[in-house]
Amino acid sequence: MNDKAIEINGLFYVYPDGQSGLTGISLTVYCGESVALIGPNGAGKSTLLLHLNGILRGNGAAVTVLGLPVEDKHIREIRKKVGMVFQDPEDQLFSLNVFEDVAFGPVNMGYPQEEVERRVRQALQKVGMQGYEKRSSHHLSIGEKKRVAIATVLSLDPEILALDEPTGSLDPRGKWALIELLRSLPVTKIIASHDLDLVACLCDRVVILDEGKIVADGKAEEILDNQKLLAGHGLTRITL
Amino acid sequence: MHRLDPRTKLLGSLAFVLAVVLTQPGNWRLFAVYLCVIAGLVWLSRLPLKYVLKRSLVIFPFVVMIAVFVPFFKQGHEAASYDIGAWHIAVTYEGLAVLVNVVVKSWLSILCLIVLSSSTKFEQLLQGMSGLKVPQVFVQITSFMYRYMFVIADQAMRMQMARDSRNFGMKRSNIFRTMGNMIGMLFIRSYERAERIYAAMLSRGYNGEIVAVNKLKFQLPDAYFALALSLLLICPAILWW
Repeated sequence: MNDKAIEINGLFYVYPDGQSGLTGISLTVYCGESVALIGPNGAGKSTLLLHLNGILRGNGAAVTVLGLPVEDKHIREIRKKVGMVFQDPEDQLFSLNVFEDVAFGPVNMGYPQEEVERRVRQALQKVGMQGYEKRSSHHLSIGEKKRVAIATVLSLDPEILALDEPTGSLDPRGKWALIELLRSLPVTKIIASHDLDLVACLCDRVVILDEGKIVADGKAEEILDNQKLLAGHGLTRITL
Repeated sequence: MHRLDPRTKLLGSLAFVLAVVLTQPGNWRLFAVYLCVIAGLVWLSRLPLKYVLKRSLVIFPFVVMIAVFVPFFKQGHEAASYDIGAWHIAVTYEGLAVLVNVVVKSWLSILCLIVLSSSTKFEQLLQGMSGLKVPQVFVQITSFMYRYMFVIADQAMRMQMARDSRNFGMKRSNIFRTMGNMIGMLFIRSYERAERIYAAMLSRGYNGEIVAVNKLKFQLPDAYFALALSLLLICPAILWW
């Protein structure tokens, strides 16, 4: 519980078009924590997530993952440890069938054939999608796609899961099933979302991000009960 | 047929198409043999004949577009001629022979490709391609194309519906402008999607190198098939060249 999973120190990021994305983010996430990253659209949640495995690099080595600074020489190790689940599963599932998608990570890591197959089987089992190996990703339902997208990173046995809007565009049943699934995975989780049901259910800590800055960081109950704070950042209906 | 190794089928199709293309024009006996070979393959693959013939029709517009003017330009004996003012238009026998040859050759080739694509799953074809050492870049591009073709088509359809539901009594010039905008929008969206896909690939350890898992295995039926096909293509060719 006391090991630092992620440490961010004064992270700045400017989009290629010159618009400022993140302005001085500092955040520490400990191993085993479930942290929600909430905030209105365009607050920089996805951008922050993309820094966790070095897809985006802000200013130098402002991000440290499990003790490793995000630099080229550690990038392979870091990408294995941080499982990044993108918002649109259509982007994550780019192979012709489910098996190949889930196997993509392990194959890239150079595991032998039997090990790849074992990992794919296990990952699909964890998300309750065993038997779908030969199905084409395009023909799955949105809920199934989300599950397979999670399996594609579980096959690498990540220690940290970074999820971007995991319940976006799911119906309530699909949403609650996914929440249950995520709850059953015993890893450190960082979830960007504005689905407060999900946050209340899964996360013990909440960080509010607005306009590229952290504006609040605290226990989930305290922040979710603070209607004034939530409303101030476009997260509830009431405007005070 | 459906269980043959995709590599055998790819090579077989290549050999067949090459044989068809290289055959001298007017060598009807050989073309008849090829037609019999294709008929046999269709029968072996248990494909409905109507479906194969119907799909083979798609080739004709292309062939006709390209080859229909040949009979008018080829020099030779005139079959028929017209005079439009000072303009003399003539159709020659030699020209017609070329047209018939082009049509027959392309039809036989497309039949072969239809048998190949209907008896092989797309994934297997790709596996076969990489098994035959086709550069991975081509295999990957083909794979992405196939994977995202439907996604992009869906997107285009949604945009079209959105346009149609706001479109009443639009002028013709405006229709073209909107269409241009839509195509541009589709391009930008696809480009952005490509960037997100690339990020998703990087996140799972992609480093520019594509590692292919190959599980293909040549088996005895592959050998039989290859032998039979080569005999069927080579022997008549030697006899009747």
